[in-house]
Amino acid sequence: MSKQITNAAASQTRRTKAIQSIKNFLSDNIVTIMFAILCYVGFKLSGLSLMFIVNDLVNRVGRNGVLILALIIPVLAGMGLNFAIVLGAMAGQVAVIIVIHYGWSGIIGFLAAMAISTPVALLFGWLTGHLLNRTKGQEMITSMITGFFANGVYQLVFLVLVGTVIPMVNPEIMLPSGIGIKNTLDIGRIKYAVDNLSRVTFPTAVLAGSVGILLYLGYRFWKSRIDGRVTLTVVSVLTPLIAAGAMAFWSITTMNSKSMLNMVRVPVVTFLFIGAVCLFITFIASTKLGQDFRTIGQDLHIAQVSGINVNKTRIIAITMSMVLAAWGQLFFLQNVGALNTFAAHEQVGRFAIAALLIGGASVSKATIGQALLGAVLFHTLFVVSPAAGRQLLGDAQLGEFFRAFVAYGVIALSLGMHAWQKAAESKRKNR
Amino acid sequence: MGEFVLEMQNVSKSYYGTQVLKNVSIAVKPGEIHAILGENGAGKSTLMNILFGMSVIHSTGGFEGEVRLGGEAVAIKSPMQAMELGIGMVHQEFMLIPGFSIVENIKLNREILKDNIVSRVFGEKMKGLDHNSMAKDAKAALNTVGLTIDEWARVAGLPVGHMQFVEIAREIDKENIRLLVFDEPTAVLTENEAANLLATMRKLADSGIAILFITHRLDEVMEVADNVTILRDGALVSTLRKQDTSVVRMAELMVGREIETMAREKGSEMGQDSTILSIRDLHVRMPGEEIRGVSLEVKRGEIFGIGGLSGQGKIGIANGIMGLYPATGEVLLNGEKLELNNTKGSLARGLAFVSEDRRGVGLMLDSSIEENIAFTAMQVKNKFVRKYGPFSQVAQGEMRQHALAMIKELDIRCRGPLQATRRLSGGNQQKVCIARALTLDPIVLFVSEPTRGIDVGAKRLVLETLVKLNKEFGMTIVMTSSELAEIRSVCDRIAIISKGQVEGILAPDASDADYGLMMSGDFAKARREGVV
Amino acid sequence: MLEKLKGLVDSFGLPRTIITSFFVFVCLLAVFLGIPFLPLISDMVVRLGMNGIMVLAMVPAILAGIGLNFGLPLGVLCGLIGMLTAIEMNLTGFPSFWMSLVIAIPLAVVCGIGYGWLLNKVKGSEMMVATYVGFSAVSLMNIGWILLPYTNLELKWPIGQGLRTTVNIEGRMKWVLNSWGRIQIGSFHISLGLLLFLAFWCLLVWLFLRSKTGLAMKAVGASRQFAVASGLNVDKYRIIGATLSTVLGAVGIAAYAQSFGFLQLYDAPMFYGFGAVAAVLIGGATVRRANISHVIIGTFLFQGLLVVSLPVANLIMTGGNMAEITRITISNGVILYALTQVSGGQ
Repeated sequence: MSKQITNAAASQTRRTKAIQSIKNFLSDNIVTIMFAILCYVGFKLSGLSLMFIVNDLVNRVGRNGVLILALIIPVLAGMGLNFAIVLGAMAGQVAVIIVIHYGWSGIIGFLAAMAISTPVALLFGWLTGHLLNRTKGQEMITSMITGFFANGVYQLVFLVLVGTVIPMVNPEIMLPSGIGIKNTLDIGRIKYAVDNLSRVTFPTAVLAGSVGILLYLGYRFWKSRIDGRVTLTVVSVLTPLIAAGAMAFWSITTMNSKSMLNMVRVPVVTFLFIGAVCLFITFIASTKLGQDFRTIGQDLHIAQVSGINVNKTRIIAITMSMVLAAWGQLFFLQNVGALNTFAAHEQVGRFAIAALLIGGASVSKATIGQALLGAVLFHTLFVVSPAAGRQLLGDAQLGEFFRAFVAYGVIALSLGMHAWQKAAESKRKNR
Repeated sequence: MGEFVLEMQNVSKSYYGTQVLKNVSIAVKPGEIHAILGENGAGKSTLMNILFGMSVIHSTGGFEGEVRLGGEAVAIKSPMQAMELGIGMVHQEFMLIPGFSIVENIKLNREILKDNIVSRVFGEKMKGLDHNSMAKDAKAALNTVGLTIDEWARVAGLPVGHMQFVEIAREIDKENIRLLVFDEPTAVLTENEAANLLATMRKLADSGIAILFITHRLDEVMEVADNVTILRDGALVSTLRKQDTSVVRMAELMVGREIETMAREKGSEMGQDSTILSIRDLHVRMPGEEIRGVSLEVKRGEIFGIGGLSGQGKIGIANGIMGLYPATGEVLLNGEKLELNNTKGSLARGLAFVSEDRRGVGLMLDSSIEENIAFTAMQVKNKFVRKYGPFSQVAQGEMRQHALAMIKELDIRCRGPLQATRRLSGGNQQKVCIARALTLDPIVLFVSEPTRGIDVGAKRLVLETLVKLNKEFGMTIVMTSSELAEIRSVCDRIAIISKGQVEGILAPDASDADYGLMMSGDFAKARREGVV
Repeated sequence: MLEKLKGLVDSFGLPRTIITSFFVFVCLLAVFLGIPFLPLISDMVVRLGMNGIMVLAMVPAILAGIGLNFGLPLGVLCGLIGMLTAIEMNLTGFPSFWMSLVIAIPLAVVCGIGYGWLLNKVKGSEMMVATYVGFSAVSLMNIGWILLPYTNLELKWPIGQGLRTTVNIEGRMKWVLNSWGRIQIGSFHISLGLLLFLAFWCLLVWLFLRSKTGLAMKAVGASRQFAVASGLNVDKYRIIGATLSTVLGAVGIAAYAQSFGFLQLYDAPMFYGFGAVAAVLIGGATVRRANISHVIIGTFLFQGLLVVSLPVANLIMTGGNMAEITRITISNGVILYALTQVSGGQ
């Protein structure tokens, strides 16, 4: 009798526990879930074909992926969302302008741009890092204003100094007066320099993805053997296994069908590079440096007391972010094929940050998964919202305004919630 | 290798001309638990700051005397160096990262690293973490302190007692550890946890580590220490073997000093013995100074002292009654009930408060003296304001006059009523705070730590001001202070607070032993055992 | 000597010193280059009146402890709605201007209270949150400008949906203040109406800051703990500060627009906050301290510099948008400097 009761009670608690964990999952991921729904509704409303969206999405995720990933390391180091990746993007653009000026083209031109942008980004990162070390606790507003300030300097250099102080003659990219760079540059020379190195069809890419998941699973298995912390549960093995199986099955059937998705061509090297950046971030996180980042991110004071060089480590974090952003902007530009000289960088910070947040990240926590998921969701919304706006309200502009509002709104929401939690926490501590 | 792990010889230190340590020497052998006993301000923390090479010491001109470790003279310039020399510290407030696992905390910035391809090129920082070895070390250290717990658990969810042990585990995990400092380690622990901790300390000592045990709990000293050094006012009073002393003797030594009674004669209204403020079962949730059920009666026209060691709650009483921290219980002023948790109400009813946090709570540092003096009375009692229907304007003239009068009355040394309070000396700042409280025409004036951070001459002036207010205007004053000598010199009766409760009420001329025992919370116990 | 100079700069404030020197330098350059100076001065005074109230909006926010109010666009949007509605009601001249304020101010009060409530929830991160609240509000109103049921064809695009990007207010409220009491002496002119309007609002703020409520608000900003110990409700006074700032933002845009001659909708209001913040900082304010003299000095210096540098730059170097570049670099540079001074750095 009593045993029955305990059994019933146990199953009761198990059930409430399960409900609780579902609730937690929902509340932890509410932003992401809302956006997934929004994307789906937008997709349905837009009346766009799946093939169109997938094609656009492959392009957009490919060209924005690295920029979004560039945000992760500063979050890890407790410096919040790095609005200053705008400076990194500028470093990339500086390199592109130089490359176009000298007329280098193709993959050579692209690699040259990478090589040139790196020291510039290192310098920007070092400077920004010093500035942020002087404004601890106000990193985000500082990095944002730094972006605006740098924009002024950038304009000064490329509108006023080029052709006057900096000797440069190139009617092709300069304004007719001989001073300043044109507003829009055709950078066809390096268009698709990386993207077109190799392309495969979308189903093939998905198949490759499923192989990737299997490889990762194998790595986890090996890791669980040598590292006491990693334990494999049924769920953590089965979920990726099923996902990989489904992906493989779908891609093979699609390949052999007449699906339009076979027309979508995925740029292999671009995505391999995104993969490499993911591996790089994972690797850094696993090193002593990564541990230092986390320690600083958790508690600046304790990190300092335990002998970590806080300022130096923070500069390293912001510099890494800056270099990745510079490269990310190069990937972006080679895909777009045109450089909007004085505007291309302006949106970079906002869009990348909005994407990261939509993926479920916050000011104090961001993972690679969140970055990638956010990239897909945000850019889906980007693709579908004008069309959805037109269908729903007869005005495509409205859809565009809506997605702009979404980008600002999600950042405001995230900043607000983070600040709210922080304020509540410090209140709890002091009371 | 000498006989002693640590010898500090003839250590003296002064800050800006004020001597805080005078010729203090201590020596600790391996395996010895050496207690350091003293009131707040006795010099314990300065001594430890010297031992750890804290920058506060070096930036103020260093110290005199010698520190020897294992017989060799050393010059410790930084906490990092102290750590490298094998000195560890278990902090009063935890230096743990809640979001990290126990292993990560124990190995904080001492992670065990392993090579990989990248690190061979880019150096140390690119090395990976050897989690297995780290876990093994952590487990061993946890075992030593007797904590059986999953070493990968996050610190955030641990009970306070466990956190203390994690701190200790981190210190003993340092392979060259030979001296461990415990800074009031039992302050935050329950009785059970404290007992556990003492046992662990004994065990560590038996393994050959020397321990410095900073505390004010006399019974703990008797329980675990081998030797005890007692400091008072920065000087070494005595170093004793445990066997040669007793709780009462230590209490006496800790407190004993000449009391200089401020010349004061009772005003005529004293002796009527009517209660002005009665506090019943007051609880105050003030972090670090919690009050757990205090009942007191304050008589009309007296100066009532509240003493006790810091962290025991004495500060919480005034803060609770003034509504600055959440309070429950009952407070009667002139027999009428006071609404708690309502600062404005308390002020309006005629209570005024000079806070212990002069620069934070007591003053608007960038505002003028006159604004500081007038502000609270203006907000609470509509003084210095002219009303024009729903609008109001400050009455500049009245405010100025009042400020000038106060400056004269309290002898505030300043350039004029418009000077910003930030530029005043500590003593004059305190007088501005008192002036602000007086402007409220209070029935009862609460004054907390009135002389903290003020130089000696000014201390006297502030105390004299309080006595004068009491004598000339019959103002009832409740004065809270960590400096026992000071309350004993001006107060009529003194309540000693320990563990958030009233340990007892003493006359200013009661014996040092009584004061010492009450401060350390051993009075009731000692009485039970018939020692006193 | 060097010590003395350093002390002087410290007391005057680094940004103010640099901008003043720069301003004087550019003025001398203008005279040297033979640019007629009197019209420039007239222009500077007009710009002072135009921008002054928006800069004044920073004072209550800073004094209440909220910090630099980057959320100014909130008030600006209220002001724009007021003016649009007045035009929709087919009013002209002063009535249209007063009606704009009558509509805008209550709206701004409501928005300000909500804004203040929000800022109370995010104490310690007000500036960042305020910035993005401002951005979000502007981008939300982008949708609003399309959907709001205004019908006047002066406001709407001739074809399609929504309001124009810039609304010409010629014949409505353009120059109602500027032309009132306008005094012309040769090439120099000054409009008393505009300056009196600014002076009126400065006086109101000055009186408020000397009232019991105003002093309480200042105390909340000066030391939160002190205010609490004096029995004040900190959150209430912060809301008052935010509300006042928002109202001044709404009034400020009205003064600005009547002088400018156009209402700029859509993304234009997004960065009004930055200019105002920069001006008050240039005037000598800090993140925690500000007064009306900072507003006047700062607005005059900042706008004056922009006014003078334009013809000078055009003469010295052709091409490039020097005025815009100067504005961006100076305003953001000054804000950055102010941020590094908040905690003093380590």
